[in-house]
Amino acid sequence: MKNIIENLNKIFDNRIRLGIMSALMVNQDLSFNELKELMQVTDGNLASHLKPLEESGYLLVQKGFIGKKTNTTYSATQLGVKAFKAHLTALEEMIRSTR
Amino acid sequence: MSAKPQPIDTLQDIKQMMERSSRFISLSGLSGVAAGCCALVGAWFAYDIIYGSHRSYSTGHTRYYGDPEVDVTTGRGVSLSEFMGNSLFQIALFTFIAALALAFLFTYLRSRKTNTPLWGSQSKRLMWNVAIPMVVGGIYLWKMIQEGIFGLIAPGCLIFYGLALVNASKYTLKEIRYLGFCQIALGLINLWNIGYGIHFWALGFGVLHIIYGIVMWWKYEKG
Repeated sequence: MKNIIENLNKIFDNRIRLGIMSALMVNQDLSFNELKELMQVTDGNLASHLKPLEESGYLLVQKGFIGKKTNTTYSATQLGVKAFKAHLTALEEMIRSTR
Repeated sequence: MSAKPQPIDTLQDIKQMMERSSRFISLSGLSGVAAGCCALVGAWFAYDIIYGSHRSYSTGHTRYYGDPEVDVTTGRGVSLSEFMGNSLFQIALFTFIAALALAFLFTYLRSRKTNTPLWGSQSKRLMWNVAIPMVVGGIYLWKMIQEGIFGLIAPGCLIFYGLALVNASKYTLKEIRYLGFCQIALGLINLWNIGYGIHFWALGFGVLHIIYGIVMWWKYEKG
């Protein structure tokens, strides 16, 4: 049992970070504002959760402009997709082992 | 351990977020009911024109290719301006606008309730995928009208609308797929029952919408 828990990715143990990755699995890219609406969190809160994901190399950040406003979009990197899938597998294994 | 969220709940969360971020879920069942009612009212007026008066439609059948009234040699049935002035077309247009406006209203109200943007990336994607079969179908049917092939208009509307719904089902509530299949089936049956276009129209755009709307309202919005 202990072994299985170790397979869970620490970064994904937060609901918001997990949510961000889930949304980016099914969308090519999402803007900061779209993510904010989806997660229903404040700017600061979202930014603080995006940072560790970005630092781990799970997110690709692209800064752009729409008119004069900044428009930052996020997409999942290959590494991020792999990590997320591994996390899912670990979760499934946990469920299977408890049955 | 007990303080940690159960893995099964986490998986549920993930699934929910994937759905929420990729599908436009604010489409209200009441929109379907309202659009269906508009269609039935429109069909009632149209029926009156087709069967009630003594104009060229009063033969009891919609004109179709091969009908003596259509000039086959030139291949042209009516000009566009002639058609735009046609009361049947005006009813259809008015019905369409009314249905769209009411459908929009109920979905707008729902989106405020569910706290999802009405004009986000999900709804844009949905709009595009509905628009492609609809616009192509519209152009195709317009050409048919120019050629005077009136009998194929009603089934054409149902078929293209059905295809649009099937296409849309990937980007909104997936049950709409079955509504699409039903519309396509009606359209195809109508192909071999030319002349009953108005009946199939009322059934497809009216009755099916209302049934679908009630089912969806019951499933997602009740209470």
